[in-house]
Amino acid sequence: MSQQEHIGPSTEELVIESREALRDRARRRAARLGDHFKREWQIYVLLLPTIIWFLLFLYKPMYGLQIAFKDYSIFRGIDGSPWIGFEHFRTLFENDQFLRAIRNTVIISFFTLLFGFPAPIILALMFNEILNQTYKRTAQTIVYLPHFISTVIIAGIVITAFSPSAGIVNTILEWLGMDPIYFLTKPEWFRPIFVGSGIWQEAGFQSIVYLAAIAGVNLSLYESAVVDGASRWQMMWKVTLPSILPTIIIMLIIRIGNLLEVGFELIILLYQPATYETADVINTFIYRQGLQQGQYDLAAAAGLFNAVVAFILVMTANTISKRVSRTSLW
Amino acid sequence: MANMNLYSRGDKWFVIANMVLVGLFTISTLYPFIYIAAVSFSSGFAAAAGTVVLAPVEFTLAAYERVLSEPQFWSSYANTFIYTFGGTAVSLLIIIPGAYALSRPQLIGRRFWNLFVAFTMWFNAGLIPFFLNMRDLGLLDSYFGIIIGFALNAFNIILLRNFFESIPSSFEEAARMDGANEFQVLWKVYVPLSKPAIATITLFCIVARWNGFFWAMVLLQSEDKIPLQVYLRQLIAELSDDEEFTSTLIDAAYSVETVTAAIIVCSIIPVLLIYPWVQKYFNKGILLGGVKE
Repeated sequence: MSQQEHIGPSTEELVIESREALRDRARRRAARLGDHFKREWQIYVLLLPTIIWFLLFLYKPMYGLQIAFKDYSIFRGIDGSPWIGFEHFRTLFENDQFLRAIRNTVIISFFTLLFGFPAPIILALMFNEILNQTYKRTAQTIVYLPHFISTVIIAGIVITAFSPSAGIVNTILEWLGMDPIYFLTKPEWFRPIFVGSGIWQEAGFQSIVYLAAIAGVNLSLYESAVVDGASRWQMMWKVTLPSILPTIIIMLIIRIGNLLEVGFELIILLYQPATYETADVINTFIYRQGLQQGQYDLAAAAGLFNAVVAFILVMTANTISKRVSRTSLW
Repeated sequence: MANMNLYSRGDKWFVIANMVLVGLFTISTLYPFIYIAAVSFSSGFAAAAGTVVLAPVEFTLAAYERVLSEPQFWSSYANTFIYTFGGTAVSLLIIIPGAYALSRPQLIGRRFWNLFVAFTMWFNAGLIPFFLNMRDLGLLDSYFGIIIGFALNAFNIILLRNFFESIPSSFEEAARMDGANEFQVLWKVYVPLSKPAIATITLFCIVARWNGFFWAMVLLQSEDKIPLQVYLRQLIAELSDDEEFTSTLIDAAYSVETVTAAIIVCSIIPVLLIYPWVQKYFNKGILLGGVKE
């Protein structure tokens, strides 16, 4: 700026000039910043607790993730422990239990997606077809409820209901003249029970999203369908379902982004050594190796692997979702 | 939506079949709760023999007497209340100001700070580094650790920030004219206007706290600090252990099954009590605000 005002000064003068101008600008900026903070300091006071909390409880652990590449010992601490490179990852990928945990995570996720994803959509479509408002509201109130119930209670109910001697499931099998099955010790039964209890707990609550989408469907579409002589079944398939398709796609993408997130808390409560074969997932493996057996560095490496894959999935899903929602939602 | 004009005669079978199916799903949702309640009021002998189906068999309050006479039950119950209400209060005290600050256009580095918060939704250090961090901070086996360590998450902050951003700035102009500072604008203008969003977050916090067990189980060692869910988990672990072990505990009046069922009932009751209030909010579709972004 100031260079243009002076025509013909020496280079030295120019340098001094511009240096002074820079200093001047910096001073002015500092003054402006000072003014800003003097005027707006309250906002920063309001923000400070949030920042401190995030640094202390979410970002500091990220710094601690370095133990995945270290021979961690409690006595030497995170910084004092020696680096060992990818040793833990090499160990993990030679560990059959870890490979099994990856496989189980993918399989359980897949079945949860296959059966758990359509369930709330079907439920929402069915709710929408109920004309009696009292009946509809009562049913909704009941099916939303399990969402608010603790995982421990869900596990308690599952264990009680599937117990070989006392459980209702085996009582029914007995009525049908079948032998009782000790479901929770049978590896082949673990996934159906886990996926089933997940649907039981969440399908109702998740249907809210789709019900909201259905509520936004343009009524004139139904009116013209009626004029065309469409039955309710046809309207459900040809009007309602296509109308909520964008919501379905978005939810599917979000779900795929969270593919590695299996409800490991419920698995910890339901599995036992006899069912590890089909039940042990990455997070339960981390829990056992790290928190129960104290192999923190190895378990942190497994966690890092999990987090990186999850991050890639979420980012991919976000990118796709943005593209999809721009083109097909509006 | 439910327009009677659209309802033709030929669709009757469809409507009825649909009602029956919804009814079946509803009953299958409700049935486990009825079953657990029935078990809790049955004799230990009947429950262990598997004769309970719908109503209590050999009705008795023995399991409840056993549960309520257990000091551990009361201390766990009290702890759950401390974690739930203490934790929720701390969460709101930090989230509301934080979300407000993040919604202010004049905040320097606003984009950065929002990303700083949102990034934790996509990348998480995981169980082990979090645990070691809590240990290094000296927060193992402490009430304070449970309350502060889980006070925030990105989702709740973003939900509330979005709500604050949607409030037109014309609402605060009158207050600004009167010389209100940021604290006053937040407290007197934004908080009253954001009641539904704050209620939603309060609900999320309460439900998460009431139900949380994993970290309480990992971080707490003293029996006198554990919440109800961890205590319940200990009982359930006994239940799912060897059948032989459970059968030794069978008493004519109560068994591990009936005692566990009784605790489950006691732990669900507060949820049922606030449930109508909860419903009021998700009917308004506010819970969906977070799903959209």
